[in-house]
Amino acid sequence: MVKQISLFLENKEGRLARVCRILGDAGVNIRALSIADTSNFGVLRLIVNQPDTAYQILKQNGFVADITEVIAVEVPDQPGGLAGTLEILEKKSINVEYMYAFLGTTSQDALVILRVENIAGAVEALEAANVKVLQGEEVYSL
Amino acid sequence: MIWNQHYECMPREQLKDLQLERLRKTLERVYHNVPFYRQKLQEAGFEPGDLQSLDDLQKLPFTAKQDLRDNYPFGMFAVPMSEIVRVHASSGTTGKPTVVGYTRSDINTWAELMARTLTCGGTTKNSVIQVAYGYGLFTGGLGVHYGAERIGASVIPISGGNTQRQIMLMEDFGTTVLACTPSYAIYLAEAMEEMGVDKKRLKLQYGVFGAEPWSERMRQEIEKRLNIKAIDIYGLSEVIGPGVASECQEQKGLHIFEDHFLPEVIDPVTEKPLPFGEKGELVFTSLTKEGIPIIRYRTRDITTLKAEVCPCGRTHVRMEKIMGRTDDMLIIRGVNVFPSQIESVLLEIGDTEPHYLLVVDRKGSLDELEVQVEVSQAMFSDKVKGLETLEKMIHHRIESLLGISAKVKLVEPHSIPRSEGKAKRVIDKRSL
Repeated sequence: MVKQISLFLENKEGRLARVCRILGDAGVNIRALSIADTSNFGVLRLIVNQPDTAYQILKQNGFVADITEVIAVEVPDQPGGLAGTLEILEKKSINVEYMYAFLGTTSQDALVILRVENIAGAVEALEAANVKVLQGEEVYSL
Repeated sequence: MIWNQHYECMPREQLKDLQLERLRKTLERVYHNVPFYRQKLQEAGFEPGDLQSLDDLQKLPFTAKQDLRDNYPFGMFAVPMSEIVRVHASSGTTGKPTVVGYTRSDINTWAELMARTLTCGGTTKNSVIQVAYGYGLFTGGLGVHYGAERIGASVIPISGGNTQRQIMLMEDFGTTVLACTPSYAIYLAEAMEEMGVDKKRLKLQYGVFGAEPWSERMRQEIEKRLNIKAIDIYGLSEVIGPGVASECQEQKGLHIFEDHFLPEVIDPVTEKPLPFGEKGELVFTSLTKEGIPIIRYRTRDITTLKAEVCPCGRTHVRMEKIMGRTDDMLIIRGVNVFPSQIESVLLEIGDTEPHYLLVVDRKGSLDELEVQVEVSQAMFSDKVKGLETLEKMIHHRIESLLGISAKVKLVEPHSIPRSEGKAKRVIDKRSL
């Protein structure tokens, strides 16, 4: 599985920049990110090359952060590619909590990060349908 | 165990007669010996001889902390300094401290009341009691010390601080009763866990904790982490120090030692006495104090009194755990709001030490309350829905508790300013 760092951010100027600076100074490279926001706050989710280091460094800097397991899957980079992948999960009644796209790619395929409650079930369903699910190390070193 | 069966279990009617007799003597004493009270009583048109029943208490003037400051240092003393054997002083966060003086008889009374308090808290002559309250001008250390000696317990007068040494002696001397502030008890538990102390080797059974307000949740945490029974004790130097009230083993309210102190609960705004069960400001009149007797002293502590008979056998009324301070009280849309009430909501949500700030503003003619809450690790979720649910839950619970709607805003950890000692809980932007 892939470790995702999530953290709480207030909707205030400079907060996102500060997180990125802290991680940059620690030599942590951001591979993918998404922000979910409300009018008051946001939740920043990150895939980085060194998740454990990033978590420690953020905690030391006083952020509330968490490590969550997510799934990274290859999606054909063509119309309907993502739809096909999501339909596999839908058939198994697995709800996607949220998802976002990855910056880099492994081949000609696109990469997406999926957050589901039932990780094992999702991976099983995806692999049975011949969808490539990436391991953490594969993703961190991209 | 009850230290003084005769007085602590005295039938109410008999107790009232005793209180009236003692109140009369106190009024005589302050009228003749304290110019401040003579003037106050004359202004109120009340001579000591006018006292007919305890109901007349509400005709007497109040005493505020400022009155003690104005008469600094010894102006409120009712005896010449030759009769004073000890002074204590409360830390003045602003300006001069408030000073209190004890005669030999006062010290004797205090030891008696602390013997009652510690007996309430499970102390016997076989106990080994570690007194980790500060010794010195603060009343905590010496107050507990004299009471424990009166009982005949073995006293370790270690005073506050030096946590590693506290823990070493606790293990080596077989301490059975710990006396300190509740926050220090938590700190000790944390330090023990960090040091890898095997708590099963400790002989601790009881803790007597006071000198600061603490929640029921904090009690549960202390009891669990130190594996003891935690007893709440109450007092303030202006009244005598610790030994004004104490929980018994029932842990359902603190018995006020009514043969020495006459309690009232008043509305802090109208100053009218409130019936039992209603929440208001606690007021004390001393009945036996010689050095510095006080009439209707406003503690600024918020609580309720309850008259129901306690299963322990003591007849003295009980007060609830302190719910807040009148200094902190906000009136929002006509509703009295205490930061401690907001804190209780946050404690229920599962935080042991919530950091929050109440910001009150007035938009047009309407007061608005914003509750800023620092997100803790326990509250956080990578899903926005989880955090929004949390906001709604806090909002809903505040509304059902206070009857007013507050805007809840989650903020980053450490974003609410901390100050040494007391945390700032309120920003009132209204210009009234």
